[in-house]
Amino acid sequence: MSEVKKIATRESYGNALAELGKKHENLVVLDADLAGATKTGVFKKAFPERHIDCGIAECNMMGIAAGLSTTGKVPFASTFAMFAAGRAFEQVRNSIGYPHMNVKIGATHAGISVGEDGASHQCNEDIALMRTIPGMVVINPSDDVEARAAVEAAYEYEGPVYLRFGRLAVPVINDNPDYKFEIGKGVVLREGTDVTIIATGLCVSGALEAAEKLAADGVSAKVINIHTIKPLDEELVLEAAKATGKVVTVEEHSVIGGLGSAVCDVLSAKAPTPVLKIGIQDVFGESGAAAALIKKYKLDGDGIYEQVKAWL
Amino acid sequence: MTTLELQKMANEVRKGIVTAVHSAKAGHPGGSLSAADVFTYLYFEEMNIDPKDPKNPDRDRFVLSKGHTAPGYYSAMAHRGFFPVEDLTTLRKLGSHLQGHPCMQHIAGIDMSSGSLGQGISAAVGMALAGKMDKKDYRVYTLLGDGEIQEGQVWEASMFAGHRKLDNLVVIVDNNGLQIDGKIDDVCSPYPIDKKFEAFNFHVINVADGNDMDQLRAAFAEARATKGMPSAIIMKTVKGKGVSFMENQASWHGVAPNDEQYAVAMADLEKVGEALCQK
Repeated sequence: MSEVKKIATRESYGNALAELGKKHENLVVLDADLAGATKTGVFKKAFPERHIDCGIAECNMMGIAAGLSTTGKVPFASTFAMFAAGRAFEQVRNSIGYPHMNVKIGATHAGISVGEDGASHQCNEDIALMRTIPGMVVINPSDDVEARAAVEAAYEYEGPVYLRFGRLAVPVINDNPDYKFEIGKGVVLREGTDVTIIATGLCVSGALEAAEKLAADGVSAKVINIHTIKPLDEELVLEAAKATGKVVTVEEHSVIGGLGSAVCDVLSAKAPTPVLKIGIQDVFGESGAAAALIKKYKLDGDGIYEQVKAWL
Repeated sequence: MTTLELQKMANEVRKGIVTAVHSAKAGHPGGSLSAADVFTYLYFEEMNIDPKDPKNPDRDRFVLSKGHTAPGYYSAMAHRGFFPVEDLTTLRKLGSHLQGHPCMQHIAGIDMSSGSLGQGISAAVGMALAGKMDKKDYRVYTLLGDGEIQEGQVWEASMFAGHRKLDNLVVIVDNNGLQIDGKIDDVCSPYPIDKKFEAFNFHVINVADGNDMDQLRAAFAEARATKGMPSAIIMKTVKGKGVSFMENQASWHGVAPNDEQYAVAMADLEKVGEALCQK
């Protein structure tokens, strides 16, 4: 078997911006001194006059993005998830969310897969924070194909969008001709009857591996990729929960407030179903190689498999 | 408008402020009254705006960074024709388009929702930057409180504006000297305000009396003539200006007058109006 192609979704972000920039004059990109890391440097190289480096001042960057959007520009404000959703939360809430500005937030380096920088930079809370803002779309793509499609969909969508990208190179899993990205629509990657594994972002490929291992044990697991956490594909979640009777959620994010909570919100109201929430269990991360951290926090195929197996 | 006409209009704007806040039984009269003259100057003299065409892409923009003084903003906008003056009595009431703090989705003509201090200036900077990128001639004005400039974001935005030489941007600081907890220099002194903006590469214009129309006229003309850097107009004002018992009282920052106080306030303003008519 040939080596699986791996690309970090932050790379996809930079490449998609540079590509979209050719078509859309009103697309502008903001960064806060991290253009090399967020990969908006790729856009800067192509369109230097439309790349605005705000310096290390994320709160101001969100406000500038809001101001730019009032003139018809479509700003993509870019920084690490920790600073986009964390530090600048209130600016995003009041200057972008409340007036429903057409601003896109490109948040890279989300989750523990930031790796060596450690807990101060590993944002496991951003989905929870952004999800609480009325009208905010929250997207967490699983691979290069999905990330590039998400950037384009975010541009086309009128209103605020939070895009979550990772630092770590992840396997390309959506590289097929039938792949179609639609905001708010989940993707069934594998059919199954005993349990539904609903995963997002970097954990989708691990969930597929886990399903493979479960199959070897005689457990039939359905796998759903939820790239849009808000608005959630409620119909798909409910249908799968009713069909399989058990649901597992997997995310590189705190189990408080993220995908798991979003799924439980829907199920508790409309189809009470036992749910196992796999994710960061209310702890801070730590320094280490990204892959080692993913393994330690049981978000890789083996870790997901073990947890599901023990729970069933 | 002549100076006298502007003074008369500012007095009407003040009556609108007092009436709105009295009707709402809440709101911020002190900082609305200190800025009533600059609101009037901007909306009746300085800015290129048209209430009938509030979204014109070439219009000048205004961002009320000190969003709590919405009563002053609303009163100036109503008198300028953006919506009926009678609406001022619906301020802060359920279902009113006059939200407690400015909301652009409720009123056409409001260029930016604001209220959380320190944020409006960043949006104004974004608008000014867009004007430069698009080679448009519009100008952008933003009004900040002197307490508000304690917010760090104000200086992030100022650093950016100075760095980008946004000479289409005018930052106005309403230096009435008071904030909720007392005198600004007792709470956490922002002084010297002018030197701070200078250090951030602004052209600074100190206005000795920001409640004086002729001084405002001179300041805005100087800002307009300034090229290659943004302007900061630091204007000394009197908080509660025009209402005898509110003047220079921090306690009137965010409190509404009762019926008796309202009568006194309106009588004070009627007197000012009559005096202006004698001129």
